[in-house]
Amino acid sequence: MDERIAAAWRLLPDYLSQHVLLSLCALGLGLAVSLPLAVAASRSPAVRWPSLFLASLIQTIPSLALLALFYPLLLAVSALSLTWFGHGFPALGFAPSLMALSLYSMLPILRNAVAGIMGVDPAATEAARGMGMTDRQRLMWIELPLAAPVIMAGVRTAAVWTIGAATLATPVGQTSLGNYIFSGLQTENWVYVLFGCAASAVLALAADQLLGLIESGLALRRPWRLWAGAIGLVVGSVLALSPLLAGAGGGSSYRVGAKNFSEQYILAELMAQRLEAAGARVTRKEDLGSATAYRALAAGEIDVYVDYTGTLWANVLNRSDNPGRAAVLAGLTAELKRRDGVRVLGALGFENAYALAMRADRAKALGVAGLDDLSRHAPDLVLGSDLEFLSRPEWRALEAAYGLPFRKRTSYQPTFMYRALSDGEADVISAFSSDGRIAADHLVVLADPRHALPPYDAVILISPRRAHDARLLAALRPLLGSVGVQAMRAANYSLDRDTDKKTAAQAARTLASDARARP
Amino acid sequence: MLIELRGLAKTYGGRAVAGPLSLGIPAGQFVALLGGSGSGKTTTLKMINGLIAPSGGEAVVEGMDGLAPHLRRRRIGYVFQEIGLFPHLTVGENIAVGPRLAGWDAARIAARVTELLALVDLPPEVAPRLPAALSGGQRQRVGVARALAAEPKIMLMDEPFGALDPVTRESLGRDYRALHDRLGLTTVMVTHDVMEALLLADRIVVMAAGKVLADGAPGDLLADHADPVVRALMETPRRQAARVEALARGPTGRGADHG
Repeated sequence: MDERIAAAWRLLPDYLSQHVLLSLCALGLGLAVSLPLAVAASRSPAVRWPSLFLASLIQTIPSLALLALFYPLLLAVSALSLTWFGHGFPALGFAPSLMALSLYSMLPILRNAVAGIMGVDPAATEAARGMGMTDRQRLMWIELPLAAPVIMAGVRTAAVWTIGAATLATPVGQTSLGNYIFSGLQTENWVYVLFGCAASAVLALAADQLLGLIESGLALRRPWRLWAGAIGLVVGSVLALSPLLAGAGGGSSYRVGAKNFSEQYILAELMAQRLEAAGARVTRKEDLGSATAYRALAAGEIDVYVDYTGTLWANVLNRSDNPGRAAVLAGLTAELKRRDGVRVLGALGFENAYALAMRADRAKALGVAGLDDLSRHAPDLVLGSDLEFLSRPEWRALEAAYGLPFRKRTSYQPTFMYRALSDGEADVISAFSSDGRIAADHLVVLADPRHALPPYDAVILISPRRAHDARLLAALRPLLGSVGVQAMRAANYSLDRDTDKKTAAQAARTLASDARARP
Repeated sequence: MLIELRGLAKTYGGRAVAGPLSLGIPAGQFVALLGGSGSGKTTTLKMINGLIAPSGGEAVVEGMDGLAPHLRRRRIGYVFQEIGLFPHLTVGENIAVGPRLAGWDAARIAARVTELLALVDLPPEVAPRLPAALSGGQRQRVGVARALAAEPKIMLMDEPFGALDPVTRESLGRDYRALHDRLGLTTVMVTHDVMEALLLADRIVVMAAGKVLADGAPGDLLADHADPVVRALMETPRRQAARVEALARGPTGRGADHG
């Protein structure tokens, strides 16, 4: 318990600084767009109704979806800019998060600014005109100062929303306080989840109070309140951002990616620790989606991550055949290099295969040992799968080979999928062969006699940009062939179990010492 | 003529609100536009300084030909019915707006603010206060000071003393009339109060439904007028004065003017 809190504290400077940077930039951009728009909207109904409608519409999009939508959008824009100007830009991480959050912050600012400007006493605006002020002078001298408290109230709302929604930037590859929450959810590390929630709540409350001080300073015309709030904001931001400013001086850092499950966190840590031991600086990009991880690597937005041969074979190369383990690895190595310039450094030594698993006692009672037997019982059974399994080619291959007409199919977060199996809500689940819970929960992995599923060797992939980076290659090569499936299962289980949970960094250190102990 | 209205008219959606109106106002005159609500007097006043664009005709002000409307407004003082002091600026800052727009330097503006406070009979301590801290009469004095700040030769006043109690109203009116004479201003004041028009103005223009019913010196209008409406209007203060006089004489005088 203590170790997890300590680990969470150690991550705080990095997560907090990125979170604050993102929120500040999003709010700044939101203000820069919304304020002029609000002035135009307050002058003309033709601007007012469309812009308020659009801002409200954006607000109805779930924030996570809004963030996710910007990735393919920016990817397309980046591809266009690459063909037209010869320069692409990262479609993952900061840019999509910034845009989505800026859009998200617009409604409260826009709505309050329009209401504030239009709510200025007509006697004051007529006096301003009557005394010969130009439109601009009337805006700057009279309308904006009088509307300022109302505008600030909108900025305050926007700040709280933005800081809260910034936690959702984690899945599009932007580090934020959401990293605690997402990795905590995956590994059932509730300490992390609570820590992330608390940190973002404290940040939002602090920003709200300081902006509130400015707001009341404007409303009550108390300059000291205004200045106290402004100074508090500046000092707080500088303190929060200081880890970034301190880190900016160093050389370029390696970006290690991870998909969103325990094994990926551990392997990313394993690689990051080797790189750091070699004196390199490392940034971690965790919680990438399965499909986005490869695209992010090919585009050079991350430098290295671990993927699985079967996944790449089916999803990247769109192959549904299974020519055997060695042929798949060789084929991938050649084809990914040719197609995307991605380097397959080699296999880590264990397989994390998609497999169907059952509770051992249930399998024994039904007399099920392999998928052949399962297909006979399928109409009586419920399949629990993870969120993507049923839409993956592997499932189509299994259906084609064995039929498997299950009575019902339900999708879960991986963690809850195992719960459903042990509670009896599901009879069969889509498991991963390296999952520590297979041994711990007394499960059996069903045999695949028709070889419908390809092999899933864990391989290290390196981005085109770093394909010949000697320091990176030297640091990571010793890992090849060093991680056995038992060690990986144990490491995974140390994160996934309910008691005595370890952090990914601890599990990676254990895994590394296991690897050294291996002959 | 300092101000010359030539067929000045305003229509909203085909409905005539004011005019067509032709009127010449020489420098130094104090003119009252007298009429009930909807008589077009405020619209006429706002067309003189360009706050409302005329639908027809023009308002020519000597020496301001071809001046952009906002520049023209800077050279004409305007006292609003609702006063319209800027609530976020202090009294001093409110008075300083006109000079700031005219580009005066800080020292000259500060001196002018002090001078104006004295001119409208306000103590210098009110300068750093916000308008909300003043009484209604004080606020209207600030309104007059603000309109005078940039040294205009013309003052337009829209029911300037309408919202004040009778005592304050009379003293402010008298004080302003004195200022008008002392500074050699030309004033056009909109009012619906016959007594106020009679006591302050050199000339009364009676308006109804956007048209001029009568135009003359207070004494002439009081003496007699062909138009029955104007005659009735001018009789009112005299009749009221007689009744007040009767009341003051005590109960014996009761009923003297019933009939």
